[in-house]
Amino acid sequence: MKLITAIIKPFKSDDVREALQELGVNGMTVTEVKGFGRQKGHTELYRGAEYVIDFLPKAKIEVAVSDELLEPAIEAICKAANTGQIGDGKIFVTPIEQSIRIRTGETGNDAL
Amino acid sequence: MTTTTRTALTRTLCLLFTALPTVAFAAEGELDGANTAWILTATALVLFMTIPGLSLFYAGLVRSKNVLSILMQCFAITALISVLWLVAGYSIAFGPAESGFWGGLDKAFLNGVTRESLWGNIPESLFIAFQMTFAIITPALIVGAFAERMKFSSMLLFSGLWAVFVYFPVCHWVWAEHGWLYQMGLIDFAGGTVVHVTAGVAAVITAITLGKRHGFLVTPMMPHNLTMTITGAGMLWVGWFGFNAGSALAANGSAGMALLATHISAAAGALTWMCIEWVRHGKPSGLGAVTGMVAGLATITPASGSVGAGGGLLIGIMGGAICFTATYYLKHKVKIDDSLDVFPVHGVGGILGTFMAGILVSQNLGVFSGNGYAEGMSMGSQLGVQVIGILATGAYTAVVTIILLKLVAIATSGLRVTGDEEQMGLDISDHDEKGYSM
Repeated sequence: MKLITAIIKPFKSDDVREALQELGVNGMTVTEVKGFGRQKGHTELYRGAEYVIDFLPKAKIEVAVSDELLEPAIEAICKAANTGQIGDGKIFVTPIEQSIRIRTGETGNDAL
Repeated sequence: MTTTTRTALTRTLCLLFTALPTVAFAAEGELDGANTAWILTATALVLFMTIPGLSLFYAGLVRSKNVLSILMQCFAITALISVLWLVAGYSIAFGPAESGFWGGLDKAFLNGVTRESLWGNIPESLFIAFQMTFAIITPALIVGAFAERMKFSSMLLFSGLWAVFVYFPVCHWVWAEHGWLYQMGLIDFAGGTVVHVTAGVAAVITAITLGKRHGFLVTPMMPHNLTMTITGAGMLWVGWFGFNAGSALAANGSAGMALLATHISAAAGALTWMCIEWVRHGKPSGLGAVTGMVAGLATITPASGSVGAGGGLLIGIMGGAICFTATYYLKHKVKIDDSLDVFPVHGVGGILGTFMAGILVSQNLGVFSGNGYAEGMSMGSQLGVQVIGILATGAYTAVVTIILLKLVAIATSGLRVTGDEEQMGLDISDHDEKGYSM
């Protein structure tokens, strides 16, 4: 099992959710986050003066998948979240030691 | 006497008698229902400008950790000044003493004011309440200058003392019958000097005295809720009808023209600021439009009773452009942290409007003409009086504000919250509550 953490442009979250659901992914967590990478910040106007805002709003998607689904899931996220513009985001993959469904006590891939 | 002459005489007498009651009803010393009804309405409109108009306008501009402190400061000032107005404010401003500088204490606690007392042809109680709403909004305007860093205790003590030693006397100078600026013929219909110059000057003095907020011009301190700010701005625009048209103290042509000139000036100010930003930055901003509107309103305030709608248009355009320049200059060149730009918008607007009133009152300006000069006044002599009015109210405010801030700093052991408290936000550090629990 792997945990995929994808930081993407906020308006792409629905596209990513749809693409993952089509693969058979049953659940995910989305958080509104702020940060910066190569895209840097953007300019905002305040009474005639321009300010550079460093932290940009992003969506963080966390989804746990079985090892077999990892590659298709990454591919689906990359495809759905891509605009070709700087600031499309990043994907991180980390191993999951265990997963448990609280209601039934199921573990491993059955709990995903 | 022939029959014909007798009949004619009788007819004339009859006409005279039928006309008499009307004349007597409108005369000074009799209550006028129409005037009373309008000033009752205007009083509600002006209070509505402070709570919630100005409160929301300011609250949206600060960071979310300070939203409640701003709302609370405006609310507490409203309550405090109301009580002070009853205790001594009304008497100092409009008491019967024949002094050019204050009205004395004969009317302290509204001594002698009954249900039947009249001010002109409206109830004195109503005149007191109407003027009270002006006394409330003036110190509330200053809140924007020291936002996000002044202790609540210092703020409250300062606001109370400032009202007593600055607003109440200056109000007497300009608006009371014996006031020395009133006697000189200063044109200040609704408070260019009394409200906007005093609040603006006090704002810049408090901003300098308190020092900058932590991270000023290094970390962007963007408004946390512009929806709130624009909502408050709309309330200010509507409330200003009571402020300016109510200052006619009557339901008459002067009130009508003041309302129209005020509205046009607000619109022109908003468009001007919006267009300047559009040209310079490439996009028009919502905050820019509403700030231009406030600049237009502050600038027309002193002139609203003496100029026409065309004059209102010119004043709005000038207010928008000059206040825009002043805002940018004060914050980014002089680097004074007048946090919500009270001086460049209200102070500069008040000064500009008071000066322009001396020109646009002229009857010889074609479509931009006003009501004309008072007897014995020319453009030169009127402008001289206007400049004296601006300088006197500005200088007096500056000196007294500096002294009061020093006294308040001693009484409350410093004017500012600690660095940690400022980081945490005034909502928690001053009030133990949060504006938002989400």
